[in-house]
Amino acid sequence: MPGLNLLHLLYLLQLGAAAIADGDDFFMPAAGSTSAPGVDRIFHFILAVSVFFFLLIVGLMALFVAKYRRRPGVAPLPSPTHNTALEVTWTAIPIAIVLVIFVWGFRVFLDMSTPPANSYEIIVTGQKWKWLFSYPNGTVDENLHVPVDRPVRLVMTSEDVIHGFFIPDFRLKHDVVPGRYSKVWFRAVKAGEHQIYCTQYCGTGHSEMLAKVVVHEPGGFEKWLADAGNFLKKMPPAQAGEKLYRIRGCAQCHSLDGAGSTGPTFKGVWGRKEALKGGASVLVDENYVRESILEPQAKVVAGFEPVMPTYKGRLTDQEITALIEFMKTVK
Amino acid sequence: MEATSFEAVTPLPPSENALGRDNYLSRTHGLRSWLFTLDHKRIAIMYLVSILASFFLGGVSALLIRTELLGPHKTIMDAKTYNQMFTLHGAVMIFLFIIPGIPAALGNFVLPMMLGAKDVAFPRLNLASYYLWVIGALFAVLSIVLGGVDTGWTFYTPYSTTTNSNVVLLTFGAFILGFSSIFTGMNFIVSIHKLRPKGMTWFKMPLFLWGLYGTAILQVIATPVLAITLLLLIMERALGVGIFDPALGGDPVLYQHFFWFYSHPAVYIMILPAMGIISEVVSVFSRKHIFGYRMIALSSIAIAILSFLVWGHHMFVSGQSNLAGLIFSFLTFMVAIPSAIKVFNWLATMYKGSIWLATPMIYVLSFLVLFGIGGLTGLFLGALAVNVHLHDTYFVVAHFHYVMFGGTMIGFLAGLHYWWPKMFGRMYNERMAQITAILVFIGFNTTFFVQFVAGSKGMPRRSFNYLPEFRIYNQISTIGSYLLGLAFVMMAVYLVRSLISGKPAPANPWGSATLEWQTASPPPTENFAHSPEAGDPYDVEAWTWDEKIGGYVKSGGTVTSGATVPTVGTAGA
Repeated sequence: MPGLNLLHLLYLLQLGAAAIADGDDFFMPAAGSTSAPGVDRIFHFILAVSVFFFLLIVGLMALFVAKYRRRPGVAPLPSPTHNTALEVTWTAIPIAIVLVIFVWGFRVFLDMSTPPANSYEIIVTGQKWKWLFSYPNGTVDENLHVPVDRPVRLVMTSEDVIHGFFIPDFRLKHDVVPGRYSKVWFRAVKAGEHQIYCTQYCGTGHSEMLAKVVVHEPGGFEKWLADAGNFLKKMPPAQAGEKLYRIRGCAQCHSLDGAGSTGPTFKGVWGRKEALKGGASVLVDENYVRESILEPQAKVVAGFEPVMPTYKGRLTDQEITALIEFMKTVK
Repeated sequence: MEATSFEAVTPLPPSENALGRDNYLSRTHGLRSWLFTLDHKRIAIMYLVSILASFFLGGVSALLIRTELLGPHKTIMDAKTYNQMFTLHGAVMIFLFIIPGIPAALGNFVLPMMLGAKDVAFPRLNLASYYLWVIGALFAVLSIVLGGVDTGWTFYTPYSTTTNSNVVLLTFGAFILGFSSIFTGMNFIVSIHKLRPKGMTWFKMPLFLWGLYGTAILQVIATPVLAITLLLLIMERALGVGIFDPALGGDPVLYQHFFWFYSHPAVYIMILPAMGIISEVVSVFSRKHIFGYRMIALSSIAIAILSFLVWGHHMFVSGQSNLAGLIFSFLTFMVAIPSAIKVFNWLATMYKGSIWLATPMIYVLSFLVLFGIGGLTGLFLGALAVNVHLHDTYFVVAHFHYVMFGGTMIGFLAGLHYWWPKMFGRMYNERMAQITAILVFIGFNTTFFVQFVAGSKGMPRRSFNYLPEFRIYNQISTIGSYLLGLAFVMMAVYLVRSLISGKPAPANPWGSATLEWQTASPPPTENFAHSPEAGDPYDVEAWTWDEKIGGYVKSGGTVTSGATVPTVGTAGA
């Protein structure tokens, strides 16, 4: 049977790979969190149980087919149609094995879902189709930056539909549901980058709802956080504006490539004369953009609904300036 | 309805082939005689044609999905079309093909005959159930023609209540299909309770009937919950009633509870009848009484009951409490036990048998391997800590394809090849069928085994795009899907050829002891000339090969050691 050879071969490969690679074996990605090795141990136990029973079933099947294959003139041999002792045995042994897996799986799950008391907290927001990570100092980033070797607790919610937050290297996953908070935690074991996916189908951009975990060396995280909180001062205004465009929600309604959306595209908008609702027109300059951010309903471009919320009190003057500088560059 | 007092049609000797003489296919002619028929066999054939058409639609969409996934980014379609395509594949395969597949097509044909009855208990309800299926299917097709649905077959809220596609049409289609399923279930329950012939006590029933009985109970009890859920969804979309959408004050996780309260038992609606088929075929083709009859029968009922209590394992990472996780994980492991028992019983049936590797038996062996892998990988998903990692990845995609395709579909194919001679009175080309069965096995494993690896490495399901490291798994998988496609084309060819020019089939080509084989092939409209008396449905050794008629005849119940058997391939060539 091809299935037998295939699985057998895969298992040997997997054993071999596990021996040389550090946790990165045939099935599982490299372990990046303190919880991962515990999960992997159960995984490999179940794998061993599965391979054993698979070989047992397929082996017996192949043996019976070879030995008792129909031959002309040879009748089946007599054998009992039931055997209570045998049937009790092959009921009891699987029950015992699954109970072991069940208890083990639940205990590790409990550890994984109970964050230590001194965890560092980061707020995660899922939206179509990106992740935003908010830090205690007000910094918002599109990637998850964390310190190495310190428990991190994520408080997650969604702005639209259900998303799924998944870091394979940490063996961590949880749905991110609108209208409620999901909490998970992890402790990264070494500096480096890890992939984040969305695992709950959420529409057109579902498979591109990606982000990275960036695990910083001791001391590196604090430095990154201070710089990130200060990016308006550190970056050229147009570059800072581009970042604000992505993390403050502009991108959801204003495209950069001319595509139609809830609001007008930013492509080539600078210096253009826009027709307004009601017949008047306006030149897109610094003052018009500033007014539209603070009082979006004042002058609505024809063909669009007045649905944009005000950003009064939510963006500083310096941030508005940066956004204006960025818009000038979108040609 | 009683199975006696037939009109005066000249009865045929039960061992004969009835092609060209009076049978259920030749009794009346014309389209009307089919569309208004109350004959369970004709309804079964209409179901069979319809569900195979659905399988074709679902299969083509699967091949398009796999072709798109040959590389990351766009290959042949954009993301929006891809999302519609996997919704189409899932919804068609689940609601139109695999749920009605075995009960409505094969079950409808076989159940009354296994009972030695003239028809099901309510023939008109049976026809109504078929037309409900057709109407439901039309709604589903309409939702595709009018622009498609992009929610996935699970219709998770609030995506499904906010997306701009034909969700209401498709869910209404599923709502109607649910009633078709309920009608079939009620019909089967009453038929099994009331129409069993003399001598057939509950524990003398063929195991396929036990499988259909368990399925029917699930259909009748679980399907209304789906109907209510889909109705609530339609109300939320159409009337803005806040039930599931948090923007309207609803709870999206509530939808998942409702949905899986039906859809998990639905998994067993799919697999129980397939297990019934395997029980029949393994005994007949091993020339052995089934081993551990009582345990197999009772395990079907155990599965039916337990399957109601495990829906929460679809929601281990949705935010349900740890206590709920604990209970659902425990019950999930318990539901594995009856399936394991069945597998051991089937193996024990083969022990010391005379194993005939005809096509149905090849599918049984294929089932044992594939369902074995499907079941064992369920252990990974049942363990809470491991489930967190594997949830919503390709590991799950691979797992449920091993169970649904490797289990139900392979079981369906075993049944189709087993009862084909009875249904149409002709044999198919045995050699072609054997080669195809092996190609299905190879193609299936090539397609889906690598998905376990892609999934445990982290590839999320329902992904239009993927990272470069997953390319190799996707390419192998796509090649496998083309092999599978080829296998089904070959199957279509030899089955159609069998209808036209296949060798006439004897009444009992395989030496089965169940009642449906004790009448001509194809059977007369009334099924039996005289109401048969039931004996042990697995006393297959009482049937011996008769060279003259090219089929099996009953050898008077004497011990048959040394009985002649056909040389391999004779009966099926």
